[in-house]
Amino acid sequence: MSQGDFKRSLKEHGSTVYGERKSWQALRIDFPLLLLLLLLMAIGISVLYSASGQDLNYVKRQGVFMGIGMIAMLVVAQLEPRFMQRWAFILYIGGVGLLVAVIFAGTGAKGAQRWLDLGFFRFQPSEVLKVGVPLMLSSYLGQRVLPPRFKHVLVALLLIGIPATLVGIQPDLGTALLIFAAGFFVLFLAGLGKTYLLGALFFALSVAPVFWFYLLRDYQKTRILTLLDPQSDKLGAGWNIIQSTTAIGAGGISGKGWMQGTQSQLDFLPESHTDFIIAVLSEEFGFTGVVCLLLVYVLIILRGMMISIYAQSMFSRLLAGSITLTFFVYIFVNMGMVSGILPVVGVPLPMISYGGTSIVTLLLGFGMLMAVSKEKKRMGEQL
Amino acid sequence: MADFSTLKNPQWESRLYTARASFTLLVLFLMLGVLLWRYHDLQINRHQDFATLADNNRILVRALPPARGLIYDRNGVLLADNRPSFTLSIVVERTENLEQLLSDIGELLVFKETELARFEKLVKRRRPYESVPLRFNLSEAEQALLAVNEHRLSGVEVSAQLIREYPLGQELAHVLGYTGRINERELKSFDPRRYKGSHMTGKTGLEKFYEDQLLGEVGYENVETNARGRVMRVLERTDPVPGADLQLNLDSRLQKVAIEALGEERGAVVALDTVTGGVLALASMPSYDPNLFVTGISTKAYKALTSSPAQPLFDRALRGQYPPGSTVKPAFGLAVLDSGTVTMGYRIYDPGFYQLENKEHKYRDWKRGGHGSKISLYDAIVQSCDVYFYDTGFRAGIDVLHDYGTRFGYGVKTGIDLPAEAQGIMPSRDWKRGVRGRAWYPGDTINVSIGQGFMLATPLQMAVVTSRLAMRGEVHKPKLVNRIGNEATPSVSQAAMTEIPERYWDLVLDSMVGVVRDLRGTARRAVGKIDYTMAGKTGTAQVVGIKQDERYDASKLAKLQLDHALFIAFAPVENPRIAVAVIVENGEHGSSTAAPVARDVINAYFNYYPELLEVSESEVEEGSALLAPVNPSERAHESG
Repeated sequence: MSQGDFKRSLKEHGSTVYGERKSWQALRIDFPLLLLLLLLMAIGISVLYSASGQDLNYVKRQGVFMGIGMIAMLVVAQLEPRFMQRWAFILYIGGVGLLVAVIFAGTGAKGAQRWLDLGFFRFQPSEVLKVGVPLMLSSYLGQRVLPPRFKHVLVALLLIGIPATLVGIQPDLGTALLIFAAGFFVLFLAGLGKTYLLGALFFALSVAPVFWFYLLRDYQKTRILTLLDPQSDKLGAGWNIIQSTTAIGAGGISGKGWMQGTQSQLDFLPESHTDFIIAVLSEEFGFTGVVCLLLVYVLIILRGMMISIYAQSMFSRLLAGSITLTFFVYIFVNMGMVSGILPVVGVPLPMISYGGTSIVTLLLGFGMLMAVSKEKKRMGEQL
Repeated sequence: MADFSTLKNPQWESRLYTARASFTLLVLFLMLGVLLWRYHDLQINRHQDFATLADNNRILVRALPPARGLIYDRNGVLLADNRPSFTLSIVVERTENLEQLLSDIGELLVFKETELARFEKLVKRRRPYESVPLRFNLSEAEQALLAVNEHRLSGVEVSAQLIREYPLGQELAHVLGYTGRINERELKSFDPRRYKGSHMTGKTGLEKFYEDQLLGEVGYENVETNARGRVMRVLERTDPVPGADLQLNLDSRLQKVAIEALGEERGAVVALDTVTGGVLALASMPSYDPNLFVTGISTKAYKALTSSPAQPLFDRALRGQYPPGSTVKPAFGLAVLDSGTVTMGYRIYDPGFYQLENKEHKYRDWKRGGHGSKISLYDAIVQSCDVYFYDTGFRAGIDVLHDYGTRFGYGVKTGIDLPAEAQGIMPSRDWKRGVRGRAWYPGDTINVSIGQGFMLATPLQMAVVTSRLAMRGEVHKPKLVNRIGNEATPSVSQAAMTEIPERYWDLVLDSMVGVVRDLRGTARRAVGKIDYTMAGKTGTAQVVGIKQDERYDASKLAKLQLDHALFIAFAPVENPRIAVAVIVENGEHGSSTAAPVARDVINAYFNYYPELLEVSESEVEEGSALLAPVNPSERAHESG
């Protein structure tokens, strides 16, 4: 008897088997997304092993966080989107509250105050807002008539602006940017009018010089020095970018092989296991590796957008869409800054860079995506 | 439109969302394209550049300086050795606080201001992760102190280099020379590849002359370093090839004998192997300790050396140019005979002076009252009669003297394997016109005929002339080095003077034997009893001119104005093996001060190598005529 025949016979006769099918379905999991995420995590773990200098401690800790993240993802996936929409403000307000707490009671590193020390574990509240802001905005705009009116746009901007500013002054420009991007995506996907978009563009262009001179000044200097004369400050400001572009370029088409990248293995590459990990992957697996990784990312994004398009409520769509697009912003900003086309801001490469909070937050987001995807199916059954 | 804005329309919203999402995806793919373009550009288009950059990052080419070739004397006595010297250097990038570190080290070692100043200058010019030397030549105690405190001196390195050591010190300073730090000028002319990793180069003497052979070939090591400059592994290694060892013809024992024989006197001794041209001893005293120069001599010590009136840095044997005085007489004797100016039987009357026709000026003989009548060439050489040579030299003329003198080796560089040899002067009409801008006067010839006047020769040249006399016209280029590595250096013979008839040689060499053996020989008493046959010639080189009719009175002259004493000799006469030239500055008479030095050297030589005195049967027969105890003056008379 072939396997197909067996299945058919099961369908025809087994009432006991039907019960099992039900328990399968009872656990809401989007398998394509899950498989892609598992693949991504496998890539992440192997690159991290190499990037950390074959340090199993890093791999173990990352594995633990991935486990926690997966559990969190599966738990969130079981939540009803309508439930999330109703209680979104709690996560948002809690997150903002924690951000305020950071200002007074936070601990810092390298001149930035970002963490809350919970004794056993250092917690970064800004990560919560990466999920909290799109959730809150989707919840708010989902209930409104779309495209949003001026009043609603103002409220939305306020909802984005408060946490983004709080994070920005820590200072953590990277996260502030991601929070802003997540919120903006919700607004844009909600059909923000062309007038607003043009206005925002005009505003951005007029504010840009201010940013340029007051916020991005050091990066600007770095960039110019690096471009004009990389040797001028070889050991100082230019070091990170020189070393990361060198690592990427040295990878060539097929790379130097796993754990064979001299730039990272010999510590020329700074932050090789965190923000600059893409340089390790590029050096060791070459352009082929970069394309493969991007392919996995693109498939995840396409899956995410598919889920969002087929979602049943506007809240679900906006939530799923903004989470997916924010995921892309992570990738673009990280890969852009490591390869020297964007200023260096602290944005990790999703699921690959070492860092517990980032992984858990990302998987939390994917849990929401899964919840949205299952909502669709259930509604379909009901209809 | 207003209706739409007040009511939620799920279908319309869904379409709006899909449109926005599609647009966003389009933008997203464009941005992905930018990323791909950037990575493609770095990884494919510019891969080669970055691959090189990455390799330059990690691969450090370290030069492995070769060990300098050693120098041995003919018996394998080590004359120039390599010893490790320890240098304290600092890699600034690896220090935590440079000033604190310097003060910490300062508690262990005492620094000089100059050391710190030099260090600070070097620190400003260094490349990243380059170790900057702070103190050279650490003592053992200093090394131990640093080793004990190593844990709190991060960034400090103690490295070993091989530097030269000259165990015999001043005895061979002028021969070996010394090595020193490569200076700016040398740096420009040297091939930088060959000197990678070497800080030292030969500055003078053999060290300079054989620099190419002694240096060896630099080795390379490709090492992989991490970002902090720590060497992780050696990727590739080409071992350095040590420089070739030099074995000298020189015998360090003989050198010592020569130096001891000179005693406190200033002077030079040159002993040559007549058969090969090998330099057996080459002493110039006073000398200096070359070891002082290796690690850099202090200004004070250097000043002391340069300002000393005894001129210890001056190599008298090679650079000292003295009037050869009466030591030229055997050569000029052959010149006047072979040129046909006079016959072997020519005799003169010596009243104690010589006058040119129609001239008042009296050219004095060294012996007041003269040597008497019937002075033959034999007598003239044995007794060093000046008037005979005034007479015959004047008859021969400066052209003949210049011709023969030059062929003997006066005024010609000997070609010894040492740098900066002086040429001496064998004057001629052309020379005087060129250098002095004056015509040649007959009186000039008279002065030259007894090796005075314009004539100058180095002790080495005198030794070469002596060797040529000993070998009857044949001579080899003098050379110090016998072997370079495993290869023997060739013996280069110079143009021989074979056209001079044997009987002339017999007469002149006979007379030189007479100098040390004849009752009236000028060096008979000074040389004393010896167990072998020796031929020699004394000489006196005037330092200050003596006026007409004025008597040379040593007691009136300061030591520095006294005549230089000269003596040339070779032995054994029947089968010459060694030729020696000695000058004792302000030693007055060749007979009294210079001859004993030459005798001591030759004695010692045959003492060390007695087999050289064992003459083969055939050689005995050939030489027997010369050795026969006949009255040489009679023989000269017969043949004349």
